[in-house]
Amino acid sequence: MVQSLNRFKETPSQTAGPYVHIGLTPNFAEIGGVYDADLGTRMVNDKTKGERITIRGHVFDGTGTPLKDALIEIWQADADGLYNSPSELRGTADPNFTGWGRCPTDMQTGEFRFETVKPGRVPFKDGRLMAPHVTFWIVARGINIGLHTRMYFGDEEKANAEDPILARIEHRGRVPTLIAERDSDTYNFDIHLQGEKETVFFDI
Amino acid sequence: MTEGVTLPNRRPETGAFFQRDRSWHPPAFTPQYKTSVLRSPQKALLSLDNTISEITGPVFGHNILGELDDDLIHNFARPGESAIGQRIIVYGRVMDERGKGVPGALVEIWQANAGGRYRHKKEGYLAPLDPNFGGCGRVITDEEGNYTFRTIKPGPYPWPNGVNDWRPAHIHLSIFGHGFAQRLITQMYFEGDPLIWKCPIVSTIPDRRAIEQLIAPLDMEATIPMDARAYKFDIVLRGRRSTLFENRLEGN
Repeated sequence: MVQSLNRFKETPSQTAGPYVHIGLTPNFAEIGGVYDADLGTRMVNDKTKGERITIRGHVFDGTGTPLKDALIEIWQADADGLYNSPSELRGTADPNFTGWGRCPTDMQTGEFRFETVKPGRVPFKDGRLMAPHVTFWIVARGINIGLHTRMYFGDEEKANAEDPILARIEHRGRVPTLIAERDSDTYNFDIHLQGEKETVFFDI
Repeated sequence: MTEGVTLPNRRPETGAFFQRDRSWHPPAFTPQYKTSVLRSPQKALLSLDNTISEITGPVFGHNILGELDDDLIHNFARPGESAIGQRIIVYGRVMDERGKGVPGALVEIWQANAGGRYRHKKEGYLAPLDPNFGGCGRVITDEEGNYTFRTIKPGPYPWPNGVNDWRPAHIHLSIFGHGFAQRLITQMYFEGDPLIWKCPIVSTIPDRRAIEQLIAPLDMEATIPMDARAYKFDIVLRGRRSTLFENRLEGN
């Protein structure tokens, strides 16, 4: 016998279910008076540095129907490419930018929407710069474990072409599933859980 | 967001997280849980070691917490009243796979009331709402990773999956560690509930030992006499390697 590694197993995931809003966005669920405001609804304030943008889209199931009960969280660097996290050791992120947002899809239309800033570039492990991107995490009824993906920006063609993560996608026809097209100040990013246009999801 | 955070006075860890054991977690496609059929990706996930985008993550300060956020018996109740049901304490420790406590972890919970009714407009179960019960709570773990809630034990709940499927009594939990790669949502079940082994959502988890990790034991030692019973629920998040810089190119 050898010594034990003394490792625990990660707590297994379970679906967030249809009533995820009660816990994570109670004011959206019309449970008033418990929390002042829902966490993650406001990423920027008047002093936030960088280019203001809107990210919007829908999450579609395998029949092309938008999910009206999904919850999306995003995590991104500030305009200078710094994360507002204790694990960020390269500098201090913009104190007027949280970097983190949470938005339920609309119960009627299925749309999600984030008011944020365009992130700066951050380095890959070997020091090369990754293209600007926003990390997405999607949970909902029917999703047993949260889905990670990334949104890249359609007007960053050169940076996208040299991004080490996008370069790892073997089937090049799937790369556009991660790229949001720009329309004025808005980036449209639709997520397809399944089928022909299936978004690339990460085990990260 | 990091303003007001009180983490132990040590250098933050910046290593990549251990790879998820996806044979321990439920797979995406689990047809006995019908909604998963059209909501599961069919193509393989793209596996990558963490970058700084996943190693970092939001950390929340105690300044977001209200006085009753951890007390679901009272945080929605009218003054002087309390929620109806079995009064319980749910407590435990958030640690990582190395057994290290995770301080400053935000734990958010939600649940049905004692009759299995959720306070949600999309919910039509005929069991009544409790006017003194909202069903949400949150805490931030202390320096050792400990957390405690006070709540009422939720009731089982029928749902339209099979003709006669009932969820076991359960509390939903959402946990933030220190990196976005640790993000986790799960459900806690109660020791001895016979519905656990009949539930199509529980059985999305392939390994019985993994299911047992979601079952909170009754803890009579932590029970408060003449007040509330206690259930212990420890949560394990992904562990991590020691440093971000292990793969640096020579000369960096």
